[in-house]
Amino acid sequence: MNEPRESTLWDIWRWPVLLGLLTAVGLVGALFSDGGLGDLLAGLCLWAPALAGLWYGWGPRR
Amino acid sequence: MQAKTLKTWTWVHKWSSLVCTVFMLLLCLTGLPLIFHHELGHLLGTEVEAPSMPADTPRVSLDRVLEVARAQHPDRVVQFVSQSEDDPNLWFVTLTPTPAPTDDFRSVVVDARTGAVLGQPRFDQGFMWIMLKLHVDLFAGLAGKLFLGFMGLLLLAAVVSGAVLYSPFMRKLAFGSVRRERTTRLKWLDLHNLLGAVTLVWLFVVGGTGMINTWADLLIKYWQYDQLSSLLAPYQGQPTVPLAERGSVQRGLEVALQQAPGTQLSFIAFPGTAFSSPHHHTYFLRGSEAFTSRLLQPVLIDAKTTEVTAAPHLPWYLTALLVSQPLHFGDYGGRLMQIVWALLDILTIIVLGSGLYLWLAKRRGEARSTAAAGEDAPGAVTP
Repeated sequence: MNEPRESTLWDIWRWPVLLGLLTAVGLVGALFSDGGLGDLLAGLCLWAPALAGLWYGWGPRR
Repeated sequence: MQAKTLKTWTWVHKWSSLVCTVFMLLLCLTGLPLIFHHELGHLLGTEVEAPSMPADTPRVSLDRVLEVARAQHPDRVVQFVSQSEDDPNLWFVTLTPTPAPTDDFRSVVVDARTGAVLGQPRFDQGFMWIMLKLHVDLFAGLAGKLFLGFMGLLLLAAVVSGAVLYSPFMRKLAFGSVRRERTTRLKWLDLHNLLGAVTLVWLFVVGGTGMINTWADLLIKYWQYDQLSSLLAPYQGQPTVPLAERGSVQRGLEVALQQAPGTQLSFIAFPGTAFSSPHHHTYFLRGSEAFTSRLLQPVLIDAKTTEVTAAPHLPWYLTALLVSQPLHFGDYGGRLMQIVWALLDILTIIVLGSGLYLWLAKRRGEARSTAAAGEDAPGAVTP
C-alpha cells in the first residue's frame, strides 16, 4: 500500500497563513474604520477563520 | 525537525499550556458576557439613557453638573468625570471617599442639558461586576493583574510552541482533517490542531493585548515618574489643592479644548487622583477620527488658576496600551465583530478544553501501558 505523500511546508501552512492574514486585516482595519463598509469588511475578515473552524470541525463529512 | 528540538518544543507547549489553561478558561468564560456588557446592561436595566430633547437644547455648566453630583454624596470627593462616547448628553461623575484608587466608588449620571440626576448605576456589584473583577484581577488588585499578565505570557508561549508543533503533526494530513472515525483522542487532537490554527492570530493578539492591559497601572505610574515629575517640579511639596480654592472646571475644559483643537473630552481626572497631580485637573482629550479617537492627549490645567501647565504627548508605551485596549475588548468594529469575537472566544475554550483532555488521555494511556508492562515483566506478581 502506498504511504500518503508528505506535505510541504507550503501545503501545511498556506490556509493557516491566509486565515491569519485575514484575521490581522480585520483586527487592524477596524481600528481605522468609522462604521459602515469598513466595519463590515473587517467583520467579514474575522468571520473567515471562525467559519473555517466550524466548517471543518463540525461541517458535513468529506 | 530534529527529535531533540521537537521534544523541547513539546515540553514548552505542554507546561506553558498546563499552567495557564485553568486561568485562561476562566478568562474566556468571564470575557464572554463582558463582550456584550452594553446589551446585558440594557437587559438588566443598569444602562442609563438621556431623554430625547431638541438637538440645540443648551447645556448646563460642568460646574453645575459637579455640584449636583456632589450633593448626592456630600461625604465623597470627585475622582473622575467622563462624557459618554455613545451619548454626549450624559455626564458620568465618579465619587470616592478619598482621591486614592479604590473599589469603593459611586457613579452619578447627570443630564448635560438639564443638570438632572438620571441615575446612580452601581458598577461595583452584581453579575457583571463579578465577571469583570474575575477577568481583570481575580479580586486581588495589582497582584492579581500581574499574575494574570504572567498567565498571558504563558499563553503566548503555548501559542507559539503550538504553531511550531503544528507542522510535524500535519505532515501527512490535509488542512482541516478531523479523523472522526478513529479514536476519540485522535478526533480531539485533530480538532485541537484545526481550531488552534484558525484562531492562532486572533488568540495571539487578544492574549498579548490582555497581557499589556495588566500592566496599565504600572505604565501610568512610570509615566508620572518618567515625564510628569519634571513638569510638576514647581509644585513640589504643595498639598492637594482644596476644593474651595479650585477654579472653574468648565473654564478648564474650554482652555484645554483650545490647547488641542479638533479634539473632544474623554475624561477629567481630579487633583490628587491616580491619573492627575495634586495640583491639576488633567483633561484627557481624544481625537475625532476613528483611530485618533482611541488615543488620548492629556492637558494639565492648574486647578487654582485654570491655566495650562503642560500638554505632554503620550509616550509610546501609553499609546501602545491605548491601542491594545480595543484589540483586546473587540468593541470597535460593530455588531458583526462583537458576535465573531464571542465565537472565537468559544473556539478558544474548545482549544483549551481539548488540550486538557488530550493531556489527561495521554496520561491515562501511559499509566495503562506501564501497568501492562509491569504485568508482563519477569517476576511480576499476577493474581
